[in-house]
Amino acid sequence: MAKSIDVSDLDIYYGDFLAVQGVNMTIRARSVTAFIGPSGCGKSTYLRSLNRMHEVIPGARVEGKIVVDGQDLYGNGVDPVAVRRQIGMVFQRPNPFPTMSIYDNVLAGNRLNAKKMKKSEADTIVERSLKGANLWGEVKDRLGKPGMGLSGGQQQRLCIARAIAVEPEVLLMDEPCSALDPISTSAIEDLIHELKSQYTIVIVTHNMQQAARVSDETGFFNLKGAGQPGHLVEFNPTEKVFANPDNEATEAYISGRFG
Amino acid sequence: MTTLEKNPTPVREDMPLSGPRLPAYAPLLAVVAAIAVGGALALVLGAGVVAAAFLAIVAFVVLLPLWSRIVEGKRSAVDRLVAALVWVALLAAIVPLVSLIWTVVSKGAPALSADFFTYSMRSVFGDAQGGIYHALIGTVLVTIAATIISVPIGIFTAIYLVEYGTGSRLARSITFLVDVMTGIPSIVAGLFAYALFVLFFGPGVRMGFGGSVALSLLMIPVVVRSTEEMLKLVPGELREAAYALGVPKWRTITKVVLPTAMSGIVTGVTLAIARVIGETAPLLIIAGKTDSVNFNLFDERMATLPVFIYYSYTQPGLPASAGHERAWGAALVLIAIVMILNVLARVIGKAFAPKTGR
Amino acid sequence: MPSTDTVKAPPPDREPAVKKRSTERPGDRIFRGTAVGAATVILVALAGVAIFLTVEGLPGLTAEPDAMSGQASFAGYALRLVYGTLLAAVIALVVATPLSIGMALVISHYAPRRLATPLGYVVDLLAAVPSVVYGLWGILFLGPRMGDLFRWLEENLGFIPLFAGPAAGSGRTIFTAGLVLAIMVLPIITAICREIFAQTPKLHEEAALALGATRWEMVRMAVFPYARSGMVSATMLGLGRALGETMAVAMVLAASGTGFVTLNLISTQNPNTIAANIAREFPEATGTSVNVLIASGLVLFVITFAVNFAARAIVARSGKKMNR
Repeated sequence: MAKSIDVSDLDIYYGDFLAVQGVNMTIRARSVTAFIGPSGCGKSTYLRSLNRMHEVIPGARVEGKIVVDGQDLYGNGVDPVAVRRQIGMVFQRPNPFPTMSIYDNVLAGNRLNAKKMKKSEADTIVERSLKGANLWGEVKDRLGKPGMGLSGGQQQRLCIARAIAVEPEVLLMDEPCSALDPISTSAIEDLIHELKSQYTIVIVTHNMQQAARVSDETGFFNLKGAGQPGHLVEFNPTEKVFANPDNEATEAYISGRFG
Repeated sequence: MTTLEKNPTPVREDMPLSGPRLPAYAPLLAVVAAIAVGGALALVLGAGVVAAAFLAIVAFVVLLPLWSRIVEGKRSAVDRLVAALVWVALLAAIVPLVSLIWTVVSKGAPALSADFFTYSMRSVFGDAQGGIYHALIGTVLVTIAATIISVPIGIFTAIYLVEYGTGSRLARSITFLVDVMTGIPSIVAGLFAYALFVLFFGPGVRMGFGGSVALSLLMIPVVVRSTEEMLKLVPGELREAAYALGVPKWRTITKVVLPTAMSGIVTGVTLAIARVIGETAPLLIIAGKTDSVNFNLFDERMATLPVFIYYSYTQPGLPASAGHERAWGAALVLIAIVMILNVLARVIGKAFAPKTGR
Repeated sequence: MPSTDTVKAPPPDREPAVKKRSTERPGDRIFRGTAVGAATVILVALAGVAIFLTVEGLPGLTAEPDAMSGQASFAGYALRLVYGTLLAAVIALVVATPLSIGMALVISHYAPRRLATPLGYVVDLLAAVPSVVYGLWGILFLGPRMGDLFRWLEENLGFIPLFAGPAAGSGRTIFTAGLVLAIMVLPIITAICREIFAQTPKLHEEAALALGATRWEMVRMAVFPYARSGMVSATMLGLGRALGETMAVAMVLAASGTGFVTLNLISTQNPNTIAANIAREFPEATGTSVNVLIASGLVLFVITFAVNFAARAIVARSGKKMNR
């Protein structure tokens, strides 16, 4: 599994408002790609367009192409439900389903597709996913307890387990650590390192150190000006972006001179 | 998914994003087909328009998911089934409303004339010109009296709950009792007013003011609730700003808190009036029925619009059609009043809302 | 109002409070007094409702049979009416609950936003129509059309006890009354449900969608679990309204106070509802019949109180749960 993503000339609109303009990039398979940039530059919007989650907001639409595995995500006849099934997502704030147990939370996605799962099969998926999310040891004795009873960091790892339980090709993470304490953050970062051997991971972060620590390639988004659409300023290997960026704006942002 | 079941850690090479999907015009096509099916079945069975519509709806709810099941699979089919069902539910709720308003307007409009508003029913026999003057007067007087009773009590209670009583035992029991009052059936409110007035005036008492008391019982909880909501919306910083200037609490409330919440309170009161002005049951019990104009709230029976409608229908006189026509006419007038009050409430709420930064 | 919650050390706690009050400005004292007074009026009014209804109702419990449409005991008289009341309310809820949830879903999740707002207004419009107008419409418009349906039901489905007949051609049966009640409680249930549906945390909705859920699966995974207790209590509040609704039933339902307890929905043999019975009998009632009617009103009050109380309790309990 794990696929690369080719994005060409992507514009994202909310109604008539152009939020993100002219993005071109190739996200490599089995690597971690990070997006950084000041607030409101459209990096989260862009991330959400990669699995058609931005369509949840009424009036949102895109122009351009996002090609995964030879198929345009926005092509005719493409089902957004199928897209999201293949491209999983982890959100800024952990969002386990409050009425479900840990066990049921992990299986939530699988149950949508295979209504009748054998108990042993389900157990296998739960164990594999929780182990994949480095959570198995902490929760294996209380799988029947509600997911909301876990700590914030554990909840976020539960959400990652839920996302990888359906074996997606790509995993999108929208500032997954911004609501977490440093210890939980470091646990998630370790997890990202492990997951990239199997998944294509795209992560949006406000934290430049985090981008430097976890990612192989980094994209810097910025606004052209107040009220102007966001755009991709630079997209390069992470070491290059942080050591010797091509663009002055990138360097200014990274050295903390603005944003 | 089948590959997954065979092999727990598969390396999937294919990534199907586009299954077979119904075209975007599929629901529309299904609607057309369903109408055709419904119409055809109705023709064959010799049923009427209502039955045809019903059959068409059933056909739609069956056809679209079935088509989707064949083309798109089970999950999409269920999704489309539910979508079809919720829209049908909406339709099922709107049809009676449209029918009701259409019936009232079409049957009530012929009854309306200048005389209809200026004549009472005193000494009106048969299909002679009668009117709702006496009932309008009664409704206006009873409602005004009810408003005069309820609004001060309601607003001051809300002030107590929000500004003074937070957390106290009295406040908690008042909140509970207001909840209880919200649930009082209107007929019970009428019985209460009757039972109360019997103590002073003896059995068989009827007077307009009794109706006001009964309506107040229904109106107070509405006023309290809406005022409470509005007062709670006033930011605490506003109060603190006033206190910091050395303004006493009661002046803070009257000069800062109430003006800020005023538009919401007026909206709430208007909606409360709209709610009780159409109440029939309590007035039937305590205000009673008369054919004559009565300006005195405290003496004798008083006609009101809803009660007039009820009696014009149940005791239409001869010929019955004349009474029924008056009932529809009065119903149209009553609905118009209620709708105007509702629109007014919204306009007030919009126009006088405190200007926030947004 | 000295708070009695601070039982631990009353004297030191109360001293400053008293001192503070004595230094209170006259304006503050008057204003505060008025507010407390208004709140107390509500207390007194409700106590009054309970007391007066009991005082005037008590003689009805031991009334002579001719004051109770020939029933030997008040219990027998009241039970039939309670049955009629419950039957009409249950029919109303069975029809209204699914429709309301569907409507609320359309407004909160299915309709495009441009359509959702006017639809919300339509629901409010439905709530604003006075019950006497519903009654008029029910009897003159809906009734005759239901009559045809009843005749068809009797001919084709008469073997089911619900449709045993004889069908009332006027359509003025408990079934029609229940339908009119359903239309009247629809806006109540819909308004509460749509409020709660709309409050479903975006987080949970997006969690479901990101897992590849269809819209309905999202509703089932995120919206319904969140709104479950709210939906239950909305239905209960609708039930409370349906139980107490008077005029529409009084006009539509052509049933006597002494009908039979039967499941037959399409004839006029069922007993009336408590509220409608009072509305019909009260204007002509004299002597102990008045007390009997008031006593039946007390029964209705107790039933609606219990239903509303249960509804609030459910809301309060789930409110605590959600805060965790």
